[in-house]
Amino acid sequence: MCATCGCDSVAEHHHHDDHDHAHDHGHHHHHDHEHLDPEEHAALHRRIRVEQDLLAKNGQLAERNRGWLAGRGVTAFNLVSSPGAGKTTLLERTIRDLAGRREVVVIEGDQATARDAERIRATGARALQINTGTGCHLDATMVAKALPELDPPKGSLVMIENVGNLVCPALFDLGERAKVLLASVTEGDDKPLKYPHMFRAASLVLLSKVDLLPYVPFDRARFVAAVAEVNPRARVLGISATTGEGLPAWIGWLDDHGGPT
Amino acid sequence: MHELGIAMEIADLASERAGEAHVRRVVVEVGRLTAVLPDALAFAWDAAIEGSRLEGCALEIVQIAGRGKCRACGAEQELTMPFGRCTCGTTDLELIAGEDLRIRELEVS
Repeated sequence: MCATCGCDSVAEHHHHDDHDHAHDHGHHHHHDHEHLDPEEHAALHRRIRVEQDLLAKNGQLAERNRGWLAGRGVTAFNLVSSPGAGKTTLLERTIRDLAGRREVVVIEGDQATARDAERIRATGARALQINTGTGCHLDATMVAKALPELDPPKGSLVMIENVGNLVCPALFDLGERAKVLLASVTEGDDKPLKYPHMFRAASLVLLSKVDLLPYVPFDRARFVAAVAEVNPRARVLGISATTGEGLPAWIGWLDDHGGPT
Repeated sequence: MHELGIAMEIADLASERAGEAHVRRVVVEVGRLTAVLPDALAFAWDAAIEGSRLEGCALEIVQIAGRGKCRACGAEQELTMPFGRCTCGTTDLELIAGEDLRIRELEVS
């Protein structure tokens, strides 16, 4: 019996995979030949080589978003963090600090409610809420739909506030210039080691709520060392949207990376 | 649970490539340094194909080992996490393998 196709034939027949392998019997394996026996035919499997990247579709759309933004002289940043790290509060403060100098438009990603977009609109900025339902991250398709609707003017910044989640958004390019990760001092100082994918993907790490440092057992030096362990290329800035500490450095970073106004 | 979205993407691509043929098995490569859990992906796969023309199709997950190359001295090492430290002391490693997430092949009949 042939060990490859299971047929009883002792006659010469060919099986063909797309690899060469040694055979201990005198026939070749060929998978697209015709079998006479219908049962044997049912056992016939054909292999199709695919070699296709599963994130390619998202990646192509993200590139298109990047091109769309570049064509308009607009720069996007992808803000990521766990829930409650202070992304929306930082954005409210950033919009006010840049007022009159550079317009900021915001894409808000949350599983539910339009609360964050309403908070942003209360500052006078344009904002669009995307509700992902059970989805745990924004993808390039969602951003592609939001961008024309928001219609960001030349020289503006598009701040994309991703769904609060330190795992999934790491995989999905949205067309941003850089990922900015917020981690607050009320979270553990070992977070970079626990969520290395996201810390690895970020260009800038903002340590938020530093005004609370006197009240929480957070070791700032340990945090900075953990970031350096996972992503030595990332910059770390301590900020407080409440007291304003560190915000000039954050605004300076945005000016350096946000393109001409 | 981004694994569900990825499982649905695998199912879409597999159906597209198979055309009229019946897909019996899909082989995917998942790097050990990518943020995709094989167990979660296997679980999501059953949900993604339920009631579709791919129902009953097996998903074979091949894990690809992670490798990093030191940007300072060029030494390579195997990695199980997407970071590490070179024997020369630096943590500035380029990930050269293990971030894979792709469909390798389909088995159809």
